[in-house]
Amino acid sequence: MSDLEMAAATEVPSHVGGGFRPTGPDESPDAGPTGGDRPRSLAGDAWRDLRRNWVFWVASALVVLVVTMAGAPQIFTSADPHDCTTRRQHAGPAGAAIFGYDYQGCDVFARTVHGARASVLVGVLAVLLAGAIGLVVGMLAGYYGRWLDAILSRIVDVVLGIPLLLAAIVLSKRLTADRQGSGVASVVIVLGILGWTTAARVMRSSVIAARGQDYVAAARMLGASHLRIMVRHILPNALAPFIVVLTIALGTFIATEATLSFLDIGLRPPAISWGTDIATAGKHVREAALPLVAPSVFLALTVLGFIMLGDAIRDAFDPKLR
Amino acid sequence: MVRYVIRRLLQMILTFFGATFLVYALMFGNQSDPIQALAGERPVSDALRATLTEHYHLGRPFLVQYGYYMRGLLTGDFGETLSGRRISDIMAQSWPLTIELALLAMVFAAVFGTAAGVYAGLRRGGVFDTTTLAVTLLVIALPIIVLAPMAQLLFGVKLGWFPTTAGARPTLYGLILPAMVLGAASLATMLRLTRASVAENLRADYVRTARAKGLARRRVVGIHVLRNSLIPVITLIGVDLGTLMAGAIVTEGVFNIPGVGSKLLLGIQTEDGPLVVGLVSVLVVVFLVVNLIVDLLYAVLDPRIRYV
Repeated sequence: MSDLEMAAATEVPSHVGGGFRPTGPDESPDAGPTGGDRPRSLAGDAWRDLRRNWVFWVASALVVLVVTMAGAPQIFTSADPHDCTTRRQHAGPAGAAIFGYDYQGCDVFARTVHGARASVLVGVLAVLLAGAIGLVVGMLAGYYGRWLDAILSRIVDVVLGIPLLLAAIVLSKRLTADRQGSGVASVVIVLGILGWTTAARVMRSSVIAARGQDYVAAARMLGASHLRIMVRHILPNALAPFIVVLTIALGTFIATEATLSFLDIGLRPPAISWGTDIATAGKHVREAALPLVAPSVFLALTVLGFIMLGDAIRDAFDPKLR
Repeated sequence: MVRYVIRRLLQMILTFFGATFLVYALMFGNQSDPIQALAGERPVSDALRATLTEHYHLGRPFLVQYGYYMRGLLTGDFGETLSGRRISDIMAQSWPLTIELALLAMVFAAVFGTAAGVYAGLRRGGVFDTTTLAVTLLVIALPIIVLAPMAQLLFGVKLGWFPTTAGARPTLYGLILPAMVLGAASLATMLRLTRASVAENLRADYVRTARAKGLARRRVVGIHVLRNSLIPVITLIGVDLGTLMAGAIVTEGVFNIPGVGSKLLLGIQTEDGPLVVGLVSVLVVVFLVVNLIVDLLYAVLDPRIRYV
């Protein structure tokens, strides 16, 4: 059974990837997960393109750096980010504190390094939540179509009708009303249940494109169940654009988390957030600029890293854009 | 066309009720004790509680409460802030300033974005094209909470080219830096979109025909390519409005401009629920209406597209 299906799955028309004529018809993004031996798979092609793309390497370096900072801040600094005393208020760079001290007298470099954890944690968890919702909604709407698609698409329209930050403001005001903990869970929930729409749309359209392919018909004739067709046959072929959207969303979510914290409705102490630090330092920018610049640069580089990574992957998977 | 307009209007009504319901439900639904939330830490007497329950229709079912809220929204009665000011008064004061700021930002983005985009699209792969691609990527990735304070620090505090804050009655000059900050992201997206669509249209058959007819390059680019390239850019205005609103909250806060955004910020900081919901509802309605207009405009501008 499984072998037969694999055979059906690898018999995908091999017009994907390779030569790209701008006048060519729309190619469905068939990312062969098995990577057939004879014709190189789209994923293999994409990886070959990626390796030669400097944007991909710069983005990956940024992402690896930030993730390392989030996972093991001790590598970068041994200073305690919560060790603050107003005696050192706005003191200049000294010793290990290469960015000086902020308004509260905390080590700016230590705070900046430790701020990565909350950002990455919130971003990744929110993307997982949004991705899960988007995957299910997009798959169901695209696969079953008809009335289910109509209903789900209208729901997407409604959620998209509210700009993300505005909805997040309203929702996080509710969630932060009972103040307890660092607020990571609230921000993840807010971003997750508001940010799944684009992912769902992308998933829906690639599912619709994959649904009509011959290998799906073949699998259906072999008696595969709906669930099996969705998971084994359609999902692998619809995954590439979905992952690209989620990578970019990760950058956006990190930026939105920082903005919410900047507005004082996101993360709270003891969690260290770049957004909070930017807001505090912005008020005292005339006295000291470094406490503002350091978290700003790190936040910008993090967001940039994820967006560039998503861009590079998309370019590799969609040669039409070049 | 008529069918499309009707269809789009119906869809808009659905989205309108859905979106406002969502905002309302998010804010007030399933709240344990809204009166205590309203009063904050202060104790609430029984008499006050009864009055407030009556006043805000809290005894009624949730859908009826939503009905009251919608009636207020549609008749321009947004209720009062916690401190007793009429929200419609606050809006009347703050809207003109925000509209001025947003228009400045949009003009800035549209003029520079499309001009540079056309130039980059005509010379793909050139120095200008490569540089703008890198710079716009950077600008798109910069969250506004980074861009606004940094611009303030650089151009206001260090260089002193612009006033650091706009103040209560901002002059046009005082609004230029905030508008540039606010429009920066839109400018970058607009530039990239224009560039892509110019580059694509240059290869189109009708451009080859125009060239074959012996038309001057100026005319081919200026009339044939440009017109068709700017159509998708228009849709961007609608999409970007959401970003612009979010940006306005931060920008107005940083540059101290007393517009809708900073009032919303104030509402968040003072935990003024009615003010926040009133302002957000209006912003959402504006967002929906502008998107509707843009969609209809798009249908007029591009007759090739048949709407089903």
